[in-house]
Amino acid sequence: MNAADTVFVLFSAALVMLMTPGLALFYGGMVRRKNVLGTVMQSFIILAVITVEWVLWGYSMAFGPDHGGVTGGLEWFALAGVGMNPSPDYGSSIPHGAFMIFQCMFAVLTPALITGAFAERMKFNAFLLFTLAWATLVYNPLCHWVWGVGGWIGAMGALDFAGGTVVHISSGVSAFAAALFMGRRLGYGRTAFIPHNLPMTVTGAAILWFGWFGFNAGSALACNGVAANAFVGTHVASASAALVWVIVEWVHRGKPTTLGAASGAVAGLVAITPAAGFVGPVSSLLIGGAAGGICYGGVLLKTVIGYDDSLDVVGIHGLGGTWGALATGLFASTAVNADGANGLFFGNAGQLWIQFLSVLVTMVFAFVMTLAILKAVDLLVGTRLPQEAEEKGLDLVLHNETGYSL
Amino acid sequence: MKKIEAVIKPFKLDDVKEGLSGLGVQGLTVSEVKGFGRQRGHREVYRGAEYQVDFVSKVKIEVVVATSLVREAVDLIKEKAWTGQIGDGKIFILPVDEAIRIRTGESGQDAI
Repeated sequence: MNAADTVFVLFSAALVMLMTPGLALFYGGMVRRKNVLGTVMQSFIILAVITVEWVLWGYSMAFGPDHGGVTGGLEWFALAGVGMNPSPDYGSSIPHGAFMIFQCMFAVLTPALITGAFAERMKFNAFLLFTLAWATLVYNPLCHWVWGVGGWIGAMGALDFAGGTVVHISSGVSAFAAALFMGRRLGYGRTAFIPHNLPMTVTGAAILWFGWFGFNAGSALACNGVAANAFVGTHVASASAALVWVIVEWVHRGKPTTLGAASGAVAGLVAITPAAGFVGPVSSLLIGGAAGGICYGGVLLKTVIGYDDSLDVVGIHGLGGTWGALATGLFASTAVNADGANGLFFGNAGQLWIQFLSVLVTMVFAFVMTLAILKAVDLLVGTRLPQEAEEKGLDLVLHNETGYSL
Repeated sequence: MKKIEAVIKPFKLDDVKEGLSGLGVQGLTVSEVKGFGRQRGHREVYRGAEYQVDFVSKVKIEVVVATSLVREAVDLIKEKAWTGQIGDGKIFILPVDEAIRIRTGESGQDAI
């Protein structure tokens, strides 16, 4: 066991934990004032709900002993056997518990991302049921397929350093399904839904950027060169993407916006997530820059197609994650990480195909399962708030609170 | 007694307030309001989606003065609140039936 590696992974876990409240602020600032607490609560409560789920059965399903390549079993229910000694399979130089808690923060953050799609209109009990079911039936299996020992997507050779498929494509595509299922907010297209607190949104984006160093660099599971490379790539991609988004918006709309800068940064971070440990800094610059442009377009997509993805989970996480996963198939280099593979630009066209397959499977699985879960929850308790409740706002109706009594 | 209601541009409030003070007007009520007359609103853009915001922020001053002071007060507000650009605002003069000072119970001229 290595002390430096252990410190690094534990500290990274703490950084990723902070990303969930950071997301709460990011999303919270973008909704209307009457829904700020309802929105923040969705992210914050997931810290509680999914942590318990993870510790009881989530970790075991995701990383536990493999059953048919499809799922881990319940051998590690309530973390049985997951103690202070290193696992031979997951981070051989750190306590197994450190790996588990690091992964816990990923499991928490992923369903929180989806909340952006059904913001301002979902019942709280339905949201809790959906989140628990989604974590159990979508995140845990997918995580196992890509990162678990024996998981079939990982066995196929797919590269996903910190969660392009597991976190971003899964949540992005699930958000698409959720937006379609839930329907548009009242007044969508006629009333202006103006972000009520952009300073809070930018604060959230900054916390996400900061926490992402733990998300990506920590995924090296060791305090080494690959971690440093991932850290650098994360920062560079974010900067590049923010710049491109702002410039594109400046040209397209006449003025650069703060929301654009914050969104661009997040798009770059999303895109570099699967690639961070496999590509060099210049590749990161290009991957991030492209994400800035692609995701800007992705955000406009909803006006073209007509679905109400309130906080652009599809445009930024879905599309950004897809680009990142494919870009990994282009830019990956064994010179950066000998445990990875080479991508198309380094002489190996096959990797791109593998990445494409992993993306496709993730999309289909997440989409279908999300619709099924929402349908079941809707039959059980109903998912959408009634009209007058939506008019009045989540804060008062769901929580008996007002966000600002200033 | 008459009540003067003036909707003016927010940054003109201090000038109007000091001018009225100079006239001997002892108190006034100010509220932050939104509105539009012929002044159009502005455009806001969020993630590519453009919104036309019609309402413009204004300040409304309400003050009750003796009838003999109305002409002077109105002229003062007109002068201090003027910029020459669309959106300078409007002044309304309303009759007042009665005014009472809560602390002392005085009414009429003694209340204002």
